[in-house]
Amino acid sequence: MAGRAIVVTSGKGGVGKTTATANLGVALAQMGRRVAVVDADIGLRNLDVVLGLENRIVYDLVDVIEGTCKLRAALIRDKRVDNLVLLPAAQTRGKEAVTPEQMRDLVQQLREEFDYVLVDCPAGIDQGFHSAVAGASEALIVTTPEVAAVRDADRVIGLLESKEIYEPRLIINRIRPHMVRKGDMLEVGDVLEILAIPLIGIVPDDEEIIVSTNRGEPVVLSNHSRAGRALRNVARRLEGEEVPFAELEEDGWMARLRRLISRTSRAASGRG
Amino acid sequence: MGWLFGHGGGRPGRSAEVASERLQLVLKYDRARLPPGLVDVLKDELLNVLRRYLDVVEEGIEVSFSAGDRRLEAPMALVANVPVRGPRRAAPSPARR
Repeated sequence: MAGRAIVVTSGKGGVGKTTATANLGVALAQMGRRVAVVDADIGLRNLDVVLGLENRIVYDLVDVIEGTCKLRAALIRDKRVDNLVLLPAAQTRGKEAVTPEQMRDLVQQLREEFDYVLVDCPAGIDQGFHSAVAGASEALIVTTPEVAAVRDADRVIGLLESKEIYEPRLIINRIRPHMVRKGDMLEVGDVLEILAIPLIGIVPDDEEIIVSTNRGEPVVLSNHSRAGRALRNVARRLEGEEVPFAELEEDGWMARLRRLISRTSRAASGRG
Repeated sequence: MGWLFGHGGGRPGRSAEVASERLQLVLKYDRARLPPGLVDVLKDELLNVLRRYLDVVEEGIEVSFSAGDRRLEAPMALVANVPVRGPRRAAPSPARR
């Protein structure tokens, strides 16, 4: 059975597409799935450094497409996790080096061998976007709770529809619970109401992401990162598991107290 | 118009509301592929026509687009609220075009 091809996209740059792709790839592989992550950002290769695999690149996506090497030769195995490979983007070429048809063929080949093909889409909605989404049948939209990011996400949702990718699912990234509570950050509910697509993840803003990216060690590999936990939950939801959205709850005694109170009062009213 | 006041004041704790309102407005026009300034132009031109026939309360005019719904494929609607005192006092000359 052919695997699932999922494009990770956003419209706006810098919202966390690459970090999400890398971490979902690792998380799914840890769950025993065979995963290929594909960097479709031709010319601005980055998925390799987020995964810490940059020193092992010999061939890239454009080499495969142009027949310089076999697909297998370009796939880099991640030694930390079984079943995860990276197909890196070319760094010295432009977006025009890959057509949507070529991308579709490539993703199709990968789907034969992997359970998941995750495509990291470049920012923007020009040719790079059109190529990146070409092979995908599902999409994850990454946005942050900001006007510009949500606006661009809305545009991308419309474009995906025109490519017959319906019901993309939303990851809201970099939520800061204390700002939401003060009324200084868009709430998850606001964003969902505006974009009107199903939610698959709420990822809190987490300094651990910066640390892990500095090191080239995906944050899902660490057990004490809140963002890592949230991203692992996204992977479980992709697998069809029903995981409650608890990521907004902060750690610490205040949050635990608040949770305890709400649970007790709910239980009390339930009995009464 | 609430966002105008919440805006420059630097009041803490209200910017999410401002963001939400601005976002909804900008998306309305994005989705309809209309330039936001069109409403004002349209309003002026509508007014020119309406004035020929009606005694319009100009301060009370509201022209806007209602949001469509992508899921329901519902189109957006042009909504104009034009308070009218009555017919134009001097009858319009039919010869004028």
